[in-house]
Amino acid sequence: MEQAEALPPHQRPSIRELGRRTEAAETPFRARNVEDIQRRIATRDLLPSVAPPRAAAPAAPAEPPLVTVARTGNRLLVAAACDAARALGLHPGMAATQARALVPGLDVCDADPRADAALLDALALYAARRWTPRAAVAGADGLFLDLSGVAHLFGGEERMCARILRFCARAGYRARIAVAGTPGAAHALARFGPAPLSLCPPGGEPDALAPLPLAALRLEEDALATARRLGLERIGDLVAMPRGPLQRRFGRQTLTRLDQALGRAAEPIDPVVPEEAPRAELRFAEPIATPEAIAQAMAELMARLIDDLAKAGLAARILTLAGDRVDGAAQSITIGTARATRDSRHLLRLLGMKIETIEPGYGLDALRLIAVRTEPLGPETVAGALTGEPPSADLAPLVDRLAGRIGARHLFRLSAVESDVPERSVRRTGPLGAVHPWPDYPRPVRLLSPPERVENVVALLPDLPPRRFTWRGRAYRIARADGPERIFGEWWRRTAEAEAVRDYFQVEDEGGERFWLYRRGDGVDVATGDLSWYLHGVFA
Amino acid sequence: MVPSPARSERLEALKAEVRAIESAGVAGTRECLPFGVESIDARLAGGGLACAALHEVAADRPGLSDDAAATLFLAAVAARRCAANGTVLWALARRDLFAPGLAMAGLPPDNVLYAECGRDEDVLAVMEEGLRHGGLDAVIGEVRKVPMAATRRLQLAAEEGGTMALMLKRWRRQEEDPLAAPSAAVTRWRVGCAPSQPLPVAGIGRPRWRLDLARQRGGEPHHWIMEGPDAKGCLALPDGAEHRPNPARAAA
Repeated sequence: MEQAEALPPHQRPSIRELGRRTEAAETPFRARNVEDIQRRIATRDLLPSVAPPRAAAPAAPAEPPLVTVARTGNRLLVAAACDAARALGLHPGMAATQARALVPGLDVCDADPRADAALLDALALYAARRWTPRAAVAGADGLFLDLSGVAHLFGGEERMCARILRFCARAGYRARIAVAGTPGAAHALARFGPAPLSLCPPGGEPDALAPLPLAALRLEEDALATARRLGLERIGDLVAMPRGPLQRRFGRQTLTRLDQALGRAAEPIDPVVPEEAPRAELRFAEPIATPEAIAQAMAELMARLIDDLAKAGLAARILTLAGDRVDGAAQSITIGTARATRDSRHLLRLLGMKIETIEPGYGLDALRLIAVRTEPLGPETVAGALTGEPPSADLAPLVDRLAGRIGARHLFRLSAVESDVPERSVRRTGPLGAVHPWPDYPRPVRLLSPPERVENVVALLPDLPPRRFTWRGRAYRIARADGPERIFGEWWRRTAEAEAVRDYFQVEDEGGERFWLYRRGDGVDVATGDLSWYLHGVFA
Repeated sequence: MVPSPARSERLEALKAEVRAIESAGVAGTRECLPFGVESIDARLAGGGLACAALHEVAADRPGLSDDAAATLFLAAVAARRCAANGTVLWALARRDLFAPGLAMAGLPPDNVLYAECGRDEDVLAVMEEGLRHGGLDAVIGEVRKVPMAATRRLQLAAEEGGTMALMLKRWRRQEEDPLAAPSAAVTRWRVGCAPSQPLPVAGIGRPRWRLDLARQRGGEPHHWIMEGPDAKGCLALPDGAEHRPNPARAAA
């Protein structure tokens, strides 16, 4: 700060530029480790924007060293190497063939810069939601977080950074953080600083940067080459030089970078903006408490929200009505719809079904209606308008109302599954989803789950239907029967089913009652079952 | 006593008046769903099951077999009522319904929407909601005990939505007839298993049911032996049944 005041007025950085900035950045070589882990857990939905996964285990020592390779022109170069590989002398930039020759058993996989960038974007978005409203992606391997006015919320800069580091460790990344007054200094310290977590005191940037190599300044390659030729290695060497010759030798860009790092020139960051769910809000001069008033406010909110959604071409799938009570307690109700809709009457009716679950207490100060989940909704063709087919009725409103009454998971259609085992042949699908029919085999109307054991079965082995059996204490004499229908166990599910066989018989007793019985085992080979009999279903 | 012509004329006029009062609010004539079996349709007032009305079905005896027969009877009626791209809402009370079995009676999976309800009140509420929606072809509910007022509500909802309401009344106790309770249903049926026709070869033939029309509004009860539904949900008369004496009348 004193340093800034010592500058002539036109060179002083703006107040905003003096705001503290921080940066979490993986160092170039450690970033390889990121990729390494990413490759292993990407399939587990590691999107940090949702929740950090627990799998933070550092690479097991037994695993072979890993490098990623990228094609540069005609050559295949190592793009990144894990710690183990670096310990063996591999480094980014060497030829892939050389790396393979040096380390037998090396694990080589292709670099995926696009996936890396997407992951970094997701991290930036998470940071923007979780830590600071201003977060941006820095280069290919870092993030800028603007800490102005947020560090105290997390217990100060140091504790906040430690917390971010812990988060990164949990998510499976090794990260380095530097806090400094300018993005340039934070960038340099994070990548070339002495410790994973370095805090640069206000105004201490020149001292902190002085021992760092010139590469930390984000200089261009030919400027770096010139500096090497001239014997300049540290940033301190550059700072000590007069500005005029510096610009002549290295170009304007170098000077700008130096000024940006030292806070003499502005460097605005371009923050990512998380998308926000469409919402409408009402604040009341007098708190409201009656259901009628809430319903009226709800209608007003709905009109506004539907208007916004219609302009954006969206429609609601999940709506939340949240209210702030006078005593600070939050109240909310949530509804879902089976299909995206902008029908305000229908949505209001769904909300109205739950309105009594709001406890207004001494009154509600404010009400918010938030479209938590939306989907695009455009005009649709009406089936059968020209061909003369009868249009099928729209069931979505009915489904929503029933789901509001008995719960969405209790409303379903049943669809076929490719399995011959009866209890596995049925699967629940969504109430408006497509379903598949079953093959035409005789099947009972009621299926017992689990099948019930029947006793005193008289049947001739191996494949004749039973003559009589006892079920639930009553004896049945079989008059007619059909079968067997043999169903084999599904060995791909459980090893116990590898040999299992069920022989199903459709039987009718003397009174006309029809049952579906099965015998475990084929009656010849003992391994297929123990020849016990079960009743699995009842025909009509 | 033989009723005099004048008296029967007056009776007819009164009946017509009552019918007019009963069907007040229902536009036009009542649409009916015939069984397609002459001997049943001739006995039903209106020549079939009224489409916008409540019908009750119960198993003849407690036990799973007659219950399954009653279920399949409902499924067959709903299948005949349901258009190709129509939907039947089935409010379940228990989890033992096996959908592939319903497909046997002509009710394929894409025509059925299931609602799993824990209690009878939920079943009734779901049925009423479905009936009032008007876009469904039929609504089926499995209940144990229904108060008279609830059946009236369902009947009114069915008339309002023009949807057929089918109610499976299940046995609660051994000795309590589910159809004994008063109800506003237009027809009330009992279905039970009967021994099927022996085949000349080993195997099992088409199932047979004892179909009992226990009560109907504007008509007489009756009793049939029928063969179970085919793949389109059509019942059929057994061979030679026309010449057999009616078992109900023979017993009486």
